[in-house]
Amino acid sequence: MTQHFLQVEALARRFPGPRGGEPLTVFENIHFAIDKGEFACIIGHSGCGKTTILNVLAGLDEASGGAVIMDGREICGPSLDRGVVFQGHALLPWLSTLKNVEFGVRSRWPGWSAKQVEAHSVRYLEMVGLGQALHKKPAELSGGMKQRVGIARAFAIQPKMLLLDEPFGALDALTRGTIQDELLAIVQATHQTVFMITHDVDEAILLADKILLMSNGPFAKIAEIVEVTMPRDRTRATIHHDPQYYRIRNHLVDFLVNRSQDYAGDAAAGHDPRQPPVVRPGLDGGATVVPLQVHAGHSVPHATESTFSHASA
Amino acid sequence: MAGNRPWLAPLLSLVFLAVFVGLWHLATRTTAGEVQVDPEYAALVGAAAATGGKSAMPGPGDVAAKLWEHITDPFYDRGTNDKGIGIQLGHSIARVLLGFGLAALVAIPLGFVIGMSPLVYRALDPFIQILKPISPLAWMPLALYTIKDSNVSAVFVIFICSLWPMLINTAFGVASVRRDWLNVARTLEVSRLRTAFQVILPAAAPTIMTGMRISVGIAWLVIVAAEMLVGGTGIGYFVWNEWNNLSIANIISAILFIGLVGMLLDTTLARLGRAVTYKE
Ligand SMILES: Nc1ncnc2c1ncn2[C@@H]1O[C@H](COP(=O)(O)OP(=O)(O)OP(=O)(O)O)[C@@H](O)[C@H]1O
Ligand SMILES: [Mg+2]
Repeated sequence: MTQHFLQVEALARRFPGPRGGEPLTVFENIHFAIDKGEFACIIGHSGCGKTTILNVLAGLDEASGGAVIMDGREICGPSLDRGVVFQGHALLPWLSTLKNVEFGVRSRWPGWSAKQVEAHSVRYLEMVGLGQALHKKPAELSGGMKQRVGIARAFAIQPKMLLLDEPFGALDALTRGTIQDELLAIVQATHQTVFMITHDVDEAILLADKILLMSNGPFAKIAEIVEVTMPRDRTRATIHHDPQYYRIRNHLVDFLVNRSQDYAGDAAAGHDPRQPPVVRPGLDGGATVVPLQVHAGHSVPHATESTFSHASA
Repeated sequence: MAGNRPWLAPLLSLVFLAVFVGLWHLATRTTAGEVQVDPEYAALVGAAAATGGKSAMPGPGDVAAKLWEHITDPFYDRGTNDKGIGIQLGHSIARVLLGFGLAALVAIPLGFVIGMSPLVYRALDPFIQILKPISPLAWMPLALYTIKDSNVSAVFVIFICSLWPMLINTAFGVASVRRDWLNVARTLEVSRLRTAFQVILPAAAPTIMTGMRISVGIAWLVIVAAEMLVGGTGIGYFVWNEWNNLSIANIISAILFIGLVGMLLDTTLARLGRAVTYKE
């Protein structure tokens, strides 16, 4: 078994029930791994526990069971090794754009002079196209600009891994597209390892190397791991010319619409959460659906030659 | 509507003032007039009203003259019972600032601790709930007995009444700092001390400033009553002394000055508050 950069093993999170009642198990038996330089997206229905997983990865929340190992060490508590872009951008509203980024940079390199800190921060703000807005307060920025400051702040500390919680969820489609392109360019240039939550199927296909499909909660699981087999140099403008695109997209939508609820309880007897099936629906004749033993008839499995393998083959 | 005619509101204020002064003038003149017209009525309401009617309730002219006297010579000192209104106000302001400042030194750090720790909050809550509604003047005898100095006692009373709004607002402001901002600091491994000063303090500053503004307002209300009790110096003592002298014009002048100083304190704090306010 190869050593992955990030390894999530048997992760579980339970919240105490109301007034000492049954505890709520948001998810358990979550297994997945991310390699260095890989871009992983996770999609699943609202409330299935995506943010909860991300908070555990960030060290902001503690798991009830299982472990997360990054770079050979178990994660306990937040660290500058993992940069987080929060869903609500979470900029400090009394600080200017530049000061918001400097706040993290100063913490990352406490020995640096004020000049060094500023130069470094400016560089990252320019990278996200905000060189002109260094001294604006967050309230004076548009939603997209705020989100870009959040991204610059996370990138500027040069973390080993980037965690993004629906970073573009609150943006209009046009702005979202522009920032997706920017993120894509930065990630391709820096080979940053990324874990990102999204609700947007197209966004996941554009950005990700692999997409983790999460089934509905409670007791949510990683149902499948979809490999995006299209070449890495995709762009938003050309991606839909690739025939793989629609096959992957159909597969994801089919999961979200038809299959995400099939994994609850014992229904998924044939599903081994420790080794969620890896599928490549983009490839010709790729497995459109990995049939569950029990619910096999639910969606029509017309996979002739199944190309799925296992996570840790 | 009012936006493109900015002088309209001040003009209306002047009209209101003129109407008020006019009515005041008429009211004080009629009393004097009635004495002459109807001596029987004067006999009915009593000699005090008849003879004192004019001197007891001064008209706007008398008060204006008195005011002018105070403004032109605010700092004279002719013994304990005859000091300029500037000196008296100075004593009151000094007491308020001292008591308020000491209260801020205690309330803001303590409020920080309470706001950061739900445990400390729960432990101190019953004390705060009981102590908060006590009229600050109720502490006065206790203060006089233990401190044995009327001046310090007055400061203590101001301290006590300024304490609660600042304490409660600081604790509330600190406790309701957005989780996201604290998480940002945590993921950036910012030290606890830096988090306190660079995240929690600026985030809670507007709420803290609101508490300070409430405190200074209450303190200015209380100082007048406190000085009436302890005597010696201060605007409260001045009012009480003029009551004994039956100089209503002086009392009215003092009331005006009390209002002016109160407004000044309030606007200063409001301005400071605006300086630390941020838009989300
Ligand atoms: N502090 C908490 N106490 C109790 N239950 C919680 C708590 N935080 C989250 N949950 C529950 O955990 C589940 C997963 O929440 P989470 O925020 O991870 O969902 P999500 O997948 O991120 O949803 P969304 O896509 O809407 O953001 C929800 O059912 C939620 O009610
Ligand atoms: Mg979420």
